Amino acid sequence: MKTTNIMKKALLVLAFIPLMAFANEGAHLDKAPIDVSNHESLQRGARTFVNYCLNCHSANYMRYNRLMEIGLTENQIKDNLLFAGEKVGDQMKVAINKADAKKWFGVAPPDLSVEVRARGADWVYSYMRGFYRDSASSTGWGNCVFDPNTCKVAMPHVLYELQGEQEMNHETHQLTLTKPGRMSVAEYDGLVGDLTNYLAYMSEPAKQQRNHLGWFVLLFLGVLLVVTYKLKKAYWKDIH
Amino acid sequence: MTNKTETKQTKFADALNCGLNWVDERFPLTSNVKAHLTEYYAPKNFNFWYFFGSLAMLVLVLQIVTGIFLTMHYKPDADLAFGSVEYIMRDVPWGWLIRYMHSTGASMFFVVVYLHMFRGIIYGSYRDPRELIWLFGVAIFLCLMGEAFFGYLLPWGQMSYWGAQVIVNLFSAIPFVGPDVSEWLRGDYLVSDATLNRFFAFHVIALPLVLLGLVVAHLIALHEVGSNNPDGVEIKKNKDKKTGIPLDGIPFHPYYTVKDLVGVAVFLIVFSAIIFFAPEMGGYFLEANNFVPANPMVTPAHIAPVWYFTPYYSILRAVPPIFNSQFPGVAAMGLSVMAFAFLPWLDKSPVKSIRYRGALYKKWLAAFVVSFLILGYLGTVPSNVWGQFGPWLGGADRATVVARIFMVIYFAFFALMPWYTKKDKTTPVPERVTG
Repeated sequence: MKTTNIMKKALLVLAFIPLMAFANEGAHLDKAPIDVSNHESLQRGARTFVNYCLNCHSANYMRYNRLMEIGLTENQIKDNLLFAGEKVGDQMKVAINKADAKKWFGVAPPDLSVEVRARGADWVYSYMRGFYRDSASSTGWGNCVFDPNTCKVAMPHVLYELQGEQEMNHETHQLTLTKPGRMSVAEYDGLVGDLTNYLAYMSEPAKQQRNHLGWFVLLFLGVLLVVTYKLKKAYWKDIH
Repeated sequence: MTNKTETKQTKFADALNCGLNWVDERFPLTSNVKAHLTEYYAPKNFNFWYFFGSLAMLVLVLQIVTGIFLTMHYKPDADLAFGSVEYIMRDVPWGWLIRYMHSTGASMFFVVVYLHMFRGIIYGSYRDPRELIWLFGVAIFLCLMGEAFFGYLLPWGQMSYWGAQVIVNLFSAIPFVGPDVSEWLRGDYLVSDATLNRFFAFHVIALPLVLLGLVVAHLIALHEVGSNNPDGVEIKKNKDKKTGIPLDGIPFHPYYTVKDLVGVAVFLIVFSAIIFFAPEMGGYFLEANNFVPANPMVTPAHIAPVWYFTPYYSILRAVPPIFNSQFPGVAAMGLSVMAFAFLPWLDKSPVKSIRYRGALYKKWLAAFVVSFLILGYLGTVPSNVWGQFGPWLGGADRATVVARIFMVIYFAFFALMPWYTKKDKTTPVPERVTG
């Protein structure tokens, strides 16, 4: 009896160990406003992605016509998102040559199909709002989300016209907007939020179907459990 | 009207019997069904812990069936592998479901097998006359570890790649032949397309064949000597004088087939909850870094195996190198897995089941379970996770020191077993099974 108590206590302690482990993660990340059921947000995010990201970053595993899932019609996709003669069933590829890109940026821009699954939505959301002017870097931009130790990043701030320019106080690690862009801070955060939401959707397009179907599967299995339990009771009634 | 239906039914039954006789004259169908199901007498007092054997079989079948469908779409090619998995997740109808069933199935296989092994330990199912069942089981466990390791390379993500790199490199630590052995395993100087192709072959055909053969041997041995039970009482000692059937035995079918169905339903609820709502299981079943394609030029900051290997991985890391050789760590890791095979000969207790063992054994078992879980946790995190001790301990990583302490307990559970099981104050075992 006593030993089981000791084991129970030990298991309780073990349950909390993972929490302690996550307490000392690196950079502070802001919570991304993810809602993959919000089709309008996903559509806005898709537009931003195609206009700004898809020039250098591919999404090789995502097909344009999959966007019909988030409420776009085939014609809307053709008219608004296809610029270079792609077909609507094509994958989101880019023309950029990997070797050239490596020469220009030092590293080829990674494919973004599953970026949110690799880094997390909060990371992407914080990263896209974390660029600041850094005259010492080759692109003129730094980002402490990308690398909390050196604050160096190969990608220039593609959305700077919208956000404006931030400056980093390296003592307080605070970013301040020194030169406003075309958007207010709230508007820019909304744009990046939509973009992150889209990237989260794109990283696993079947997720909504999966969650939706899951309830029916569990309901069925719940009924199955009741039936099998009654069956077992019926068969075992003569066993003592 | 009724007469007509009855004649029809008898005619149908006659035809069925006739067909069955035809088969039985050519193949021992009825006698096998009797020997393994309807006239295989299992103790009537199986409890919760006895679900996991049949569940392991269920997961094995699920893994084979989902694996066959994945093989239809997966490409074992370093340039195409990562993309083909995403193709399965997106473009193959229901591909995401098949893939998540397979990836979740891998982890759930280890969950049920660990619980199945724990059952064997607490009720002494490895003791005479069941040593061979246990040894076949250990072989199945080893085979399963190999299967999981080879399969984990196939998605060709960063964790796949570097995990394989680390594990294959372990073989380099073997004195004299090590470097050649690891190169032979990889088929290249580093993990590459050649490695992926051969791991694919091992994963989809070589090991599954061995696994199936071992499972059959495990079951044949089990049905030869009969199942143990939570009391550790041999039910064959008390047979009905007339029929020769064990008094505490009930036919496996229908009693345990219907009972196992309840276990299957509960298991499928847990399994489906994971598949449909948390297939990554917070990074424990599918690691985030494995969504980055394998890159031989970029070593991840933290390489950790999947959770089911982490207790042994912890032991590997905990052993300090001796004479600049990592071999002691590798040997300790191998021993930590193989130690289970010696249990039948280490346990000197007069009783089998934990129900009749004394406090000493229970304390040792509790210490072992806690060590296994803590080592398992520590294997998932970097060794500097808890910071360092002060200069008085040479600034050693706290987590490493903790892992060393629990590693000693882990091995002591096995090494000291002959002593503490003999010294343990056991209670009398009843003649017949209880409840």
